[in-house]
Amino acid sequence: MIADLLILACVGIGLLFNTLGIIGILRFPDVYTRLHAETKTTTFGTIFLAAAVVVYGVSRLLESGDGQYLTLSVHTVVALLALAVTNATGAHAIARAAHRSGQAPSPAVIDRYLEEEA
Amino acid sequence: MIPFIATALVAFVLYLILTAGSGSFGLWSPVELGMGVLVSCVTAAISRSFFISDTGYRMANPLRWVRFAVYICVPFFLEMARANLDVAYRVITGNIRPGIVRIAPGLKTDFGVLMLANSITLTPGTLTVGVDEATNDLFVHMIHIGMGDEKKEIFESADLFSIFPLTDWIRRIAE
Amino acid sequence: MTDIWTGAVVVLGILILLAMIRLVLGPTVPDRVVALDAVNTLTVAAMILLAVIYRQIVFVDVAIVYALLSFVGTLYIAKSVGGELGQ
Repeated sequence: MIADLLILACVGIGLLFNTLGIIGILRFPDVYTRLHAETKTTTFGTIFLAAAVVVYGVSRLLESGDGQYLTLSVHTVVALLALAVTNATGAHAIARAAHRSGQAPSPAVIDRYLEEEA
Repeated sequence: MIPFIATALVAFVLYLILTAGSGSFGLWSPVELGMGVLVSCVTAAISRSFFISDTGYRMANPLRWVRFAVYICVPFFLEMARANLDVAYRVITGNIRPGIVRIAPGLKTDFGVLMLANSITLTPGTLTVGVDEATNDLFVHMIHIGMGDEKKEIFESADLFSIFPLTDWIRRIAE
Repeated sequence: MTDIWTGAVVVLGILILLAMIRLVLGPTVPDRVVALDAVNTLTVAAMILLAVIYRQIVFVDVAIVYALLSFVGTLYIAKSVGGELGQ
């Protein structure tokens, strides 16, 4: 019962942050601010969705003692680690590429990177 | 030779984690074990020079791994939660004041810079855009710069992380 | 209990469709890559949830491989946009 509530809470938080991330992508003015919304919130939301799956796996494992639920939890954690690391690095690659292709952050109050390259 | 063995071991452990519970030989079936050895040797042959790039073997110390795990679970996760609430607030209100600033963390190793860059990208309203390879300074896109702060030549890491000094944590882990 | 998971997957599907609006609108290539990256992340999340619904652990393994491969794709497009290929 507690596990069910925990799962419901995790799924709710996860979907909320994923939704905010997508709204951010649609709403923000330039590629850098969109990246903020995309990387942070969808990674965080997916962490919570995966946490819900892990809670589900562990609660079923304690209930039935079936080893496949442990496998489910462990694999979910591995998928989550792969996602978190690659999302951060991917965001960095996109930001760098956008800057190299000459797209300046707009609006922006300052751009030290441009001064450096010039 | 040492890079090859270390990479193969890490790959093999990952393989064992993913195939646990497959058979009777301990937790694994003999076929899985054999395939694991084969696949991890091939992986190591291909990727050893990316995986282990310097010969200091600093990261072989288990104490650093423990610090790394603590770092991910406590300070990093809390900063990340705060970052998400902050970005969520900005998504809803549209109150942004973006710009790219320079920070000088003073880290010396590639792994340390990688960890800091990834930590910055996943924490409060900040996104690493570029690296000055000569000085290991990072260029960070911030979604909201405080009024007047854009005049500062170099930002301190305390300006980025308000709850924990993440740069000091990374220095203890990676250097 | 299955209802929660199914509902979550449906919501993720709708979010993927919304992200595709940005994918179509652009206006620049980096914008599209950002949208594509969001679609990839949501797809991985949906695959993990589908593994629970259909009781197939192999779905999670597919999600791991998908996350890593989509990362390679993102890096490749980023290199191409930044003009760093073929040097």
